[in-house]
Amino acid sequence: MLGGYWESVAIFVGINVLMGMSLYVPMAAGLISLGQGGFMAIGAYTSAVLTKQGWSFGIALPAGAALAAVAGLIVGAPALRIRGIYLMILTLGFGEIVRVFFLNFEPTGGATGLGGIAPLTQLPWVVIACALAVFVAWRLRASRLGRAMIAIHEDDVAAEAMGISLVTVKLFAFALGAGLAGIAGAFYAHQALYIDANQFDFSRSALTFLYVVLGGPANPFGPMVGAVVVTLLPEFLRVVADWRMTFFGALLVIAAIWRPDGLLRAPTFK
Amino acid sequence: MLLQQLTNGLMLGSTYALVAIGYSLIFGVLRLLHLAHGEVFMVGAFAGLVVALWVSLGPFVAVFGGLVGAGVLGVVLELVAFRPIRRRGGNYLAPIVSSVGAGLVLQEVMTKLFGAEQVGFPRQFASTVYDLGPISVSSSQIFIMAIAFASMFALHLFVARTRLGVAIRATSENLEIASSLGINVDAIIMLTFAIASALGGIAGVLVGLNFNAVSPFMGIDMATKGMAIMLIGGLGSIYGAMAGGLLLGVGEVLSVAYLASSYRDAFAFGLMIIVLLARPRGLFSTGIDGAR
Repeated sequence: MLGGYWESVAIFVGINVLMGMSLYVPMAAGLISLGQGGFMAIGAYTSAVLTKQGWSFGIALPAGAALAAVAGLIVGAPALRIRGIYLMILTLGFGEIVRVFFLNFEPTGGATGLGGIAPLTQLPWVVIACALAVFVAWRLRASRLGRAMIAIHEDDVAAEAMGISLVTVKLFAFALGAGLAGIAGAFYAHQALYIDANQFDFSRSALTFLYVVLGGPANPFGPMVGAVVVTLLPEFLRVVADWRMTFFGALLVIAAIWRPDGLLRAPTFK
Repeated sequence: MLLQQLTNGLMLGSTYALVAIGYSLIFGVLRLLHLAHGEVFMVGAFAGLVVALWVSLGPFVAVFGGLVGAGVLGVVLELVAFRPIRRRGGNYLAPIVSSVGAGLVLQEVMTKLFGAEQVGFPRQFASTVYDLGPISVSSSQIFIMAIAFASMFALHLFVARTRLGVAIRATSENLEIASSLGINVDAIIMLTFAIASALGGIAGVLVGLNFNAVSPFMGIDMATKGMAIMLIGGLGSIYGAMAGGLLLGVGEVLSVAYLASSYRDAFAFGLMIIVLLARPRGLFSTGIDGAR
């Protein structure tokens, strides 16, 4: 269908869309994370270890997602009490701790990384996963839970006074997001075929943050648009060859000035 | 042995503190997480390197070069990447995006100018080692600590004693009220960027002197540690950043000496979590609410 190169690009775009959705969900409840790379690492390492042991990808991928979601619950617990910049830097710290952990954890290769992973990621499954994630995020807005998340995002004291359980909703949002990042990680590991801790560093988490904020954090299709644009832009900037990160960085600055609320605005309730 | 480790830790920590103060100052006036501040630190180190290579007038001039280079860069970033967003009344997350963009540009430009590898920093000192009873310090260590602590003391005098310092504190307390009291808030923000970045530049040169090498990627680790220190010290607190930086420096050196050295880079965040559990607003709470 697509050439090998473009198929691989499409898969990485899809993985990044999933990463974008993984941050969109908690952000819809006002929880900003700068540590999504950590959850991605957990999904990637878990699933890669399982498939290397002979388990099927159909089990390894959900297992990676589940473990990432559990980590999300653990990291999300303090998120019940802290918000804003505290949460951003706390999650950033979580991501770094996960990275340093895998860098030193010998059973998964330590600093040399984990290689020889089977190429099990297929484009159709990535597309289906992305479509599902966007569909769920879109339908979530019309649901009781989704509206509770938006209420918390606007004003969590008022939301609690209206009878919304902050604990349930915030933990759900954080764990669902972490699980999505785990799925992205599982796809990533079985596409890259070699993973090491530094592939899941702060820049991965910062890029994820860019997908959402640039695409539009208030629109379920925003992170998708953001992820596609941010991932493909450097590909098209190959014409400027050696200076492509400079152009990319400058375009980010321009985009932030031009559309500070993201490319897509919030949809209105009908 | 312990005294020696403490000395090394204080030296390392004093450079951390200089970077973290920059984060705190900028967060104070703008409530902005400046993700390119690590790159400002790195550019400062290269500015010091260039000065040291062109005119070998000793370490003081190199530090001055870093100070000026980074300070100017900070003002340029504020004018190009942050002020236009404020003018348009943008989302509070948008400046973070533009700071990431600015950081990418700076990293690649410096890679193009100086290469992606480490660049040797010319030695500025005859390596004299002084034995002071239980500890021994080299002349470069003394220089680094002296410059770092002198910069922090100068900042303290400026912020505590001068009218401009009061204006900075008033602006970080409340930007609107400061503005309505006749403070030129835009000028104060620009000044804050200049000071914060200049301190980062000084730290860059000091780190370059310490390790005799600089690289376009030296800002990344420093940036994440600087942010952790800001939370440890208390959001927007200058003295908290000083204390937090020194604490982290000592803690890192001790953890390498007595615990596992391979987890050194996670130490900052472990310390941050412990401090936040005990004091959710950091060591020196300013009352600034980071939640938004």
